[in-house]
Amino acid sequence: MSTSQGLRNWLLSEEPTSRRQARFASWYKGWLTLRSNKLTMFGLYVLAFLLLCAIFAPVLATHDPFAQDLGQRLLKPGENGHLFGTDSLGRDIYSRLLYGARISIYIVLLVVMVAPLVGLIVGTVSGYAGGWIDVLLMRITDIFLAFPRLILALAFVAALGAGIENAVLAISLTAWPPYARIARAETLTIRNSDYIHAIKLQGADPFRIVTKHIWPLCISSLVIRVTLDMAGIILTAAGLGFLGLGAQPPSPEWGAMISEGRKYILDYWWVATIPGIAIFAISLAFNLLGDGLRDVLDPKEDNS
Amino acid sequence: MADTTHGEGRLGPSFPPWLKKTLTTAATVAATVLGLLFVTFMIGRVMPIDPVLAVIGERATQEQYNQTFRDLGLDQPLLVQFWIYVTDVLQGDFGKSIRTGQDVTTDIGRVFPATLELATLGTLFGVVLGVPLGVIAAVRRGSWIDQLARFVGLIGYSMPIFWLGLVGLLLFYGILGWVAGPGRLGIFYQGIVEPITGMLLVDSALRGEWAVFRDAFSHIILPASLLGYYSLAYISRMTRSFMLEQLGSEYVTTARVKGLSEWQVVWGHAFRNIRIQLVTVIALAYANLLEGSVLTEIIFAWPGLGQYITTSLLANDMNSVLGGTIVIGTIFVGINIFSDLLYRFFDPRSK
Repeated sequence: MSTSQGLRNWLLSEEPTSRRQARFASWYKGWLTLRSNKLTMFGLYVLAFLLLCAIFAPVLATHDPFAQDLGQRLLKPGENGHLFGTDSLGRDIYSRLLYGARISIYIVLLVVMVAPLVGLIVGTVSGYAGGWIDVLLMRITDIFLAFPRLILALAFVAALGAGIENAVLAISLTAWPPYARIARAETLTIRNSDYIHAIKLQGADPFRIVTKHIWPLCISSLVIRVTLDMAGIILTAAGLGFLGLGAQPPSPEWGAMISEGRKYILDYWWVATIPGIAIFAISLAFNLLGDGLRDVLDPKEDNS
Repeated sequence: MADTTHGEGRLGPSFPPWLKKTLTTAATVAATVLGLLFVTFMIGRVMPIDPVLAVIGERATQEQYNQTFRDLGLDQPLLVQFWIYVTDVLQGDFGKSIRTGQDVTTDIGRVFPATLELATLGTLFGVVLGVPLGVIAAVRRGSWIDQLARFVGLIGYSMPIFWLGLVGLLLFYGILGWVAGPGRLGIFYQGIVEPITGMLLVDSALRGEWAVFRDAFSHIILPASLLGYYSLAYISRMTRSFMLEQLGSEYVTTARVKGLSEWQVVWGHAFRNIRIQLVTVIALAYANLLEGSVLTEIIFAWPGLGQYITTSLLANDMNSVLGGTIVIGTIFVGINIFSDLLYRFFDPRSK
């Protein structure tokens, strides 16, 4: 108790004695703001729960997610030890959901690693270089923005072939332009500040200025955008899976599971309905968390 | 944006600003459309499918193959091919659909009205419900109706549309039987109405076939309200934030001090000032519905553009996919330009 109290005092100290203390203090204050928002915390709990489900899927699963048992097909939830029932091939829906969480999280993580990075590079180069490079890069960004996201992803997947990796690529290709816009806007406000001029006078080359001094300042706006974007990424990935262009059968991807259950919706409602609830839960959680993070990281934009 | 006293223009160039603006806009549109075509062209080129084999089939002789190869212009340099592609597309020629055997342009002309009808009705729902919801949520900030608006938005941004469609179908068609099932028209009513616009509701009303109208309405109501819900979520959220901005500004306080009724303050003053912004948002919501209709059309077996694109996609019919993509992309660009122009002409601050 006393040590945690001491830690708290250290974190909330008005006069931090080191850079590290100041940094931890600002993180801690952000966390306190985040924690005071019930909805955000709810989102965080749901997300943590789903993440644990994905990690411990082999432990939690009651059945093999791929094992077919035609004698046990289309069982009601709760019947014969199948918590959420079985699908048209007699596979346990509960176990498939757990493994499906891995796929959704995998897709989101991959897209989140690619799209913001591409956007960051394009945006900062565009904003810092200016001139014709700026015009060219921003025109390309506008072209990608002009396409409706799902349609463009569809066309890309059509060209590349169906599958998770190609779905990730297609979603990333459609997701980067907003990041580029944000990064460029941030760069334009930073590039003429005194400290950049000072570094320039010290002889830093543009590469160093952009990567070491502009990128760190773009991160927080990008993080907000990323969290708010994750729900969209999940929905697009599920949409592609539903259309048969994402993860391929027998993979337990949630969108593909809905697509499989669609034929039986009127008689066996749970086959298609339950994976949809999972998609809804994870994107709702990301949206709630994103709203909360925006309040913490970007106090300017009062959106409440 | 709340600053209404802002009147000074930017430093003027040497020739009339409107001319410069128009030229810039025209150049932007041209560049964007060209880029759009380039992207689709490149997608068509990286396809693993051999375009020649797609036309002549697997069993053709080498001679036929070479002939078609030349006919399709594939022996030309890439830039020349792109040029041919651009001139074709600009003349409305997207090539032939391998799946239907018809010109893609003809196909799209046939399926597009169905999508337009769906998206229009959906947007109508979104506007009629979303605008008042957003306004009231802003006026009664923090009240239950504000919470409701927030809730509606959150669900709208988190729910997979194809899943909501399935659940809606299960509930309202399967269990309650309130609406008709998938498709555009019941089998008894098909072929009665000669198409005029291609939009069934309009056509049947124009021809006075009210039985057909009722059946078509019973089919469209569920997918349209589904799409409408998504545009409602977007429109009400934007309306709310626009209204909050206006309600916080000084002229509203002045109006209140003058003793105007709350109704006049809200609708007569604050709402008047968000109309242009609102039209822009509605235009964007409309464009988004054209895209959202892809998944909805699949669920409801709606014979529109979205279904056309996805069916073609699964049949590896690239001409149709790219044609549909270009049509939707162009509409997107068009709507964006339109809302841009709207701002310029009707917002005195941007002059």
